[in-house]
Amino acid sequence: MPLENEFVTRLKGKFGDAIREAWIDRKQSILVVDLKELQTLAHYFRDEEKYDFLTDLTAVDWPKREKRFDVVWNLYSFARNERLRLKVHAADGESVPSVIGVWPVANWMEREAYDMFGIRFEGHPDLRRILLPDEWQGFPLRKDYDILKQDQDWVRENLGIESGQ
Amino acid sequence: MTDTHIERVPGVSSTVLGADEIILNMGPQHPSTHGVLRVKLKLDGERVVESECIIGYLHRGVEKIAEHRSYQQFAPYVDRMDYVAAVSNGLGYCEAVEKLLGAEAPIRARVVRTILTELQRIASHLVWLGTHALDIGALTPVFYCFREREEILKIFEKYCGARLTTHAFRIGGLQYETYDGFEEEVKRFCVDFEHKIDEYSTLLTENRIWVGRTKGVGILSAEDAIALGVSGPVLRASGVAWDIRKAMPYAAYDLYKFEIPTAPSGDTYDRYIVRMEEMRQSRLICLQAIENIPAGPIMARIGKVLKPPPGEVYHSIEAPKGELGYYIVSDGSTQPYRVRVRPPSFINLQAFDRMARGSLVADVVAIIGTIDIVLGEVDR
Amino acid sequence: MPYLLPVFYGIVIVLVLPLLAGYIVLLERKVMADMQARLGPMRVGPHGLLQPIADALKLLIKEGIIPAQADRWIFLAAPLVSVTMALLAYAALPFGPVFQIADLDIGLLFILAISSLGVYGIVLGGWASNSHFSLLGAMRSAAQLVSYETAAGLALVSALLLGGSLSMKSLVEAQDQAGAWFIFFAPCGFFIYLVASIAETNRAPFDLPEAESELVAGYMTEYSGFRWSLYFLAEYANMIVVAGIATTLFLGGWLRPLASFHGHILGTPIEILDIFPVIVFLGIGGYCFWRAPRQPVQIQKLVMVLFGGLFLVLAMVMFGSLFVPAAMPGIHGAFWFIAKVLVYLYAFLWFRFTFPRYRFDQLMKLGWQFLIPLALTNVLGVGVAQVLRQQLGWNAFAAFGLTLLATMGVAAWLITLGDRRDRLAAAAPAGGD
Repeated sequence: MPLENEFVTRLKGKFGDAIREAWIDRKQSILVVDLKELQTLAHYFRDEEKYDFLTDLTAVDWPKREKRFDVVWNLYSFARNERLRLKVHAADGESVPSVIGVWPVANWMEREAYDMFGIRFEGHPDLRRILLPDEWQGFPLRKDYDILKQDQDWVRENLGIESGQ
Repeated sequence: MTDTHIERVPGVSSTVLGADEIILNMGPQHPSTHGVLRVKLKLDGERVVESECIIGYLHRGVEKIAEHRSYQQFAPYVDRMDYVAAVSNGLGYCEAVEKLLGAEAPIRARVVRTILTELQRIASHLVWLGTHALDIGALTPVFYCFREREEILKIFEKYCGARLTTHAFRIGGLQYETYDGFEEEVKRFCVDFEHKIDEYSTLLTENRIWVGRTKGVGILSAEDAIALGVSGPVLRASGVAWDIRKAMPYAAYDLYKFEIPTAPSGDTYDRYIVRMEEMRQSRLICLQAIENIPAGPIMARIGKVLKPPPGEVYHSIEAPKGELGYYIVSDGSTQPYRVRVRPPSFINLQAFDRMARGSLVADVVAIIGTIDIVLGEVDR
Repeated sequence: MPYLLPVFYGIVIVLVLPLLAGYIVLLERKVMADMQARLGPMRVGPHGLLQPIADALKLLIKEGIIPAQADRWIFLAAPLVSVTMALLAYAALPFGPVFQIADLDIGLLFILAISSLGVYGIVLGGWASNSHFSLLGAMRSAAQLVSYETAAGLALVSALLLGGSLSMKSLVEAQDQAGAWFIFFAPCGFFIYLVASIAETNRAPFDLPEAESELVAGYMTEYSGFRWSLYFLAEYANMIVVAGIATTLFLGGWLRPLASFHGHILGTPIEILDIFPVIVFLGIGGYCFWRAPRQPVQIQKLVMVLFGGLFLVLAMVMFGSLFVPAAMPGIHGAFWFIAKVLVYLYAFLWFRFTFPRYRFDQLMKLGWQFLIPLALTNVLGVGVAQVLRQQLGWNAFAAFGLTLLATMGVAAWLITLGDRRDRLAAAAPAGGD
């Protein structure tokens, strides 16, 4: 359901096109914003709108879309006791600005998004794999990640036999 | 390891003496890292200059598995993340899916869920207390804590058949009715537990050695805590009075009166005090809830095959370790399109570097213990 | 053959001591279990009574691994040094008025000196292991031992002031003459020695150098099998030595409690309090016999009966010696000495399972900034009290009571000083900024 409350009007007034969409789903506000304006918006949300807590940073893969990744920031404001979800559409290979300067918690969360999806975050000081071993090939949470093939390759390489899968 | 993030601890320098810094590795197998956690410490003599946590040894790809299971089939998997507090994980997931479906569990189910979740919080904090005390050298409290936890696990076993990975709740409510004698046993446990908690308090709270080992160790200021996304008792011990049970009540928490303990300084001692007090408050919630469990159905009418309308939801609960969130995206089919678990231990562990810098090597073990991490949740 | 008796005593001690140390380990495990709401060893022998023998056999047949880069001869010699020093110290310990290998004029000094040499065993062991962490652990252990020896020695000086001689035997006799154990004259000295001796023997809460959950694993890491058991034996033998010193100097050695109370059982020359050892052994033996049928396994029943028999034999020895005035002080003296040593060791065990561990810098602070000044004050106080008593004719109660109050005042002041220092150190930005 599209969202058109005072908050969104104010944002659209201030940032115009940077706010692409705004809707409300199951009573939770969601904004889709322009990737290039993300840094400015992040600072704005933290400083002016008091969303000082980045609860979660993750991504969703929609392979059939042109810009396949949905990078999602779940924000929370202590003062207002409200949540807000920001999204950005990113293409495969497009790098997303890092919000580590705004919310330092994003450090490991962005590393995990990189590890699982292959999304590069520009401005992140140490972007490398966090959960998977450093030499892992491929990005598991992508929808086209063939886990059977990975398994077969690993077994062939490390055990020297053919996987029975 | 890239060096871009080293901040020199003021007053500590090795370059003046020409002494080298050594890198100490607390490997994945270590009695005090509470699981397979690897901590690389850069030491200047006794002081920690920089630390790095290397995780992923317990990564099982839970989020990927979720995309290939139906909503109900995925429910047992969430127990295995924070395996010390499985009931809380289950509560978060079931409520998130219920929100996605637009359904709500009936009041009786919500009250029983609250009771079991609070008992699980006590059990989780007992494990934390026992192991934390053991790391610092107090050899006895761990046995007392596990003795109490045994009573809780017996209640769980009688209720749903399992002690640890309980899968106690179902999407839409509960599967099992409470057994005969449930109220009496929970009440008896809560009544006994008050003396027991006083016992642990006597052993540790005013003990000079305990205070000496935990006061001033691993300080995290409120600002740093919020910036680093820390939640749960760690955040409350830094002075921020925030608890999702009060801020955005779920299950039946809005029916009961309880306090949120906070502490001012954000050191290890304060986190200890906060968790001890939380155990007392959980006990009070259980006593209030047990007095009056409303009669009624225990399962909402949502049908056997769950196909939530397309969309997404983020729902979080106050797990014993912090804010446990589930971000579930549905594409209208019986299997979730994406399940993202916001793990409190993972995010709290990120604050470890902040807490450990400038502290002594012997304090590192205390700091790891005080964050209360479960590697199953950190790695998923 | 004037050397026959001391050699005999020496052989008895060397043979009995490993067994005794083993049973103290069992006692520790049982006490630990009791405090932790569980049972402890129950299987090997009834109530775990054969556990030490099983453990000893296991350690003897275990493979002894020597690290490839280790300094072989020092690696082999280090535990020997530890054990030798620990056992040598027994030479001057008076188990009874006669049961003493050597009544040296400088007995106390001898024991302290030999115990100090035990530090070599630790340092050499850490060095020879060729491991960074073993060496660090050994250095820490050595630093801890040396720091607390000063405090221990000073605490003992206060007892020396009261006793007037370094000979262990004459110290006990001085307590007999004074009519009260020295703990009543110098309680602060006793408590300082208690704390210092716990640190001396690397026991909790001062066991950081050998704690398992710390990063540094300690000097014993690379040792396995028999060599490790030598270190272990040395540690427990040291515990018994310090308990023996404390007993001799502060708790009256082999004297019976209330030694001056000579109330006799009606019509007999036997004193009432002397029956106590007999009753104790009869009680334990009777309990063993009573529990024997309830043991689950045949062999455990047998062992229980054997232990019961052993205690009954001891009871008979105690009883019989009441009628042999020549042997009585020796045998009953040995009983009381061992009983007091066990009480002192119980305090060791009790503290281990109650308190968390001190961090190393806190440990050193405690030793240097609290115990040593306090021990000095205590020596001063006891000296002043002696002067007041002997030369100014004050009542002993008043003189030593005054000392006690003064020392406790100094202790309180030192504690507040230490707390203030800690608070200032914490307030200064030390990190996390």
